[in-house]
Amino acid sequence: MVSLGRMRELYADMVTARHYEERLQEEYLEGKQPAFDISAGPIPGELHLAAGQEAAAVGVCHHLRADDTVTAPHRPHHVAIAKGVDLKRMTAEIFGRKTGLGKGKGGHMHLFDPDVNFACSGIIAEGCPPAAGAALAAKKRNEDSVAVAFLGEGAIDQGAFLESLNFASVHDLPVVFVVEDNDWAISMPKERVTDVENGSDRAAGFDMPGFRVDRDDALAVYEAAGEAIGRARDQNGPTLLEVQVHRRMGHFMGDPQTYRPDDDEEAALARDSIDRLESTLRDHGLGDDDLSAIRGDAEERVEEAIAWAKEQPQPAPEDAYDDVFVNPPSGVTTEEPDFDLAGGDDR
Amino acid sequence: MSDADDAVDRELTMSRAMVESIAHEMRANEEVFYMGEDVADYGGIFDSTQGLLDEFGRDRIMDVPISETAYLGAAVGAAQEGMRPIAELMFVDFFGVAMDQIYNQLAKNTYMSGGNVNVPLVLTAAVGGTYNDAAQHSQTLYGTFAHVPGLKVVVPSTAYDAKGLMHNAIRDDDPVMYLFHKRLMGIGWMPAPDGPKTPVPETDYTIPFGSADVKREGADVTVVTLGLHVHRALDAAESLAAGGIDAEVIDLRTLVPLDTETILESVRKTGRLVVVDEDYRSFGVTGEIIASVADGDLDALDAVERVAVPDVPIPYARPMENEVIPDATDIEASVREVVSGE
Repeated sequence: MVSLGRMRELYADMVTARHYEERLQEEYLEGKQPAFDISAGPIPGELHLAAGQEAAAVGVCHHLRADDTVTAPHRPHHVAIAKGVDLKRMTAEIFGRKTGLGKGKGGHMHLFDPDVNFACSGIIAEGCPPAAGAALAAKKRNEDSVAVAFLGEGAIDQGAFLESLNFASVHDLPVVFVVEDNDWAISMPKERVTDVENGSDRAAGFDMPGFRVDRDDALAVYEAAGEAIGRARDQNGPTLLEVQVHRRMGHFMGDPQTYRPDDDEEAALARDSIDRLESTLRDHGLGDDDLSAIRGDAEERVEEAIAWAKEQPQPAPEDAYDDVFVNPPSGVTTEEPDFDLAGGDDR
Repeated sequence: MSDADDAVDRELTMSRAMVESIAHEMRANEEVFYMGEDVADYGGIFDSTQGLLDEFGRDRIMDVPISETAYLGAAVGAAQEGMRPIAELMFVDFFGVAMDQIYNQLAKNTYMSGGNVNVPLVLTAAVGGTYNDAAQHSQTLYGTFAHVPGLKVVVPSTAYDAKGLMHNAIRDDDPVMYLFHKRLMGIGWMPAPDGPKTPVPETDYTIPFGSADVKREGADVTVVTLGLHVHRALDAAESLAAGGIDAEVIDLRTLVPLDTETILESVRKTGRLVVVDEDYRSFGVTGEIIASVADGDLDALDAVERVAVPDVPIPYARPMENEVIPDATDIEASVREVVSGE
């Protein structure tokens, strides 16, 4: 059973994440209309939003402590919010500001918040090996922290994922691999590119437990993740957990989704995990006022973060030269090299 | 100007020109097929296969799992059986996932077999930045692929060149890396500069590898470049011309093989060399071109500059990305330096 208090917390993070994505979508489209130009507007570049995937993030991350590690893929905001990443500095990073998590160098696919051990990567499945590495470090140090790698269902065919399963299993590492199955790898439906219907079946080949939560249900995820993370924390090894989620928006903003049948999108929109949890909360006696108070707080938090981010300074052009190394080797200089090949004097 | 000036009125975007040559080769040879992520229904994220599924079906325009090692390696295997696969890396930055298949199999099997095995594979990949996609989606990596022996490396800058080079790539019996710049493709959501859309003949034609193209003739300075930066160099040349500096702009078109002769001929005329590249500065294209010229005719060289991405990953935020990716102003400044001798 999940306590009412915990349910409220899950709900609060879910509506925060949803509102966040919807607001980022608005901000992103600013300056990109009527003709969509990916490099225009206050948030340029690709933007991969996670509306519809909140259940997986909150159901898992609400079992985690700040010293537990999470790696996320290119679609990271909901996971970051659930893990407790600093929302203001994350938003500033997405807006490319100097006070962002990565001083504007990383952008939305490359968010790092060491205070809560969160990182993400834009390359499919490449967060899996580092998560296993964080688990390895915990094990070597006899600490009870755990690691969680989030990935999409399209990533379960990637070597980095499959090798990590074996590595984690062989070394009994305290790591959980969480597959967010939103049915689509950009334009490619799961059945066209993956041999198994349930990604969690992959676990059997690596001698580890595999579970699938086959509906968009934060409470079911919370319970399944509790077992998996408990196993890891008790030093009983890794688990593979797959969660059915859904994609409410395109793969990236600007994705025309012409490949996606209308009924698929409608079916996805109908299975909203936020509606589901809201209905459970009502069953537990929460009314309109309670729910709108939670939503109001969430929206306020998001608006504050966005407003703060937009006030932050832009990085200076020359900031680009910093941070390649923490300890720059001697001889590195930003001065233009002098190629006087034919000068004669120095030959 | 270049051989694109044939009496042809029809203009195509670079992506349409690429697709036209692929379709032509697929009609002519049943052994040609295309594999990649989102190349079927989507038509390629950067329009590289737009419309091909309708004509050729799923057996020949294959969506593949996100398993680059498997499908690039499978393309190597099919090519060694004599088929002519085209395999696409959605972003060149994803090469790392399948580096062994590229660097140790594709590039080396011909040599290690003493020439008894060949790999007629075209590996296409989208390259380049300028749209704030940050460090893992904005690289060109030209030098990385040109560095390892065994890969031919093609970088088109116009629709005309893209078509001819693609015909050549598919017909070539060796592995070809065909690197197309996203900004040049003519994608609706990523506006291209004016240059890459050119007249393109409907018939097939080839452009031999190792034939650099003088995109603009000039007497004062030689600007050697490739890809997107051909157009930035041409822009720079126009504004330099207003100030009385006459720049010659050479489009390499292929890095391997490298047309050193065309570069040397130009430098012998101008005495000044500026090499412009969207790859990292160190150990890359700019250094190689300058070294080749120094090797070939050191006495011809009075002054040299290079314009490239300083040795930092591509940063996300606009002011920093603009700082590190060379633009026309950077090229102009370097040209002025070599001309003034400062």
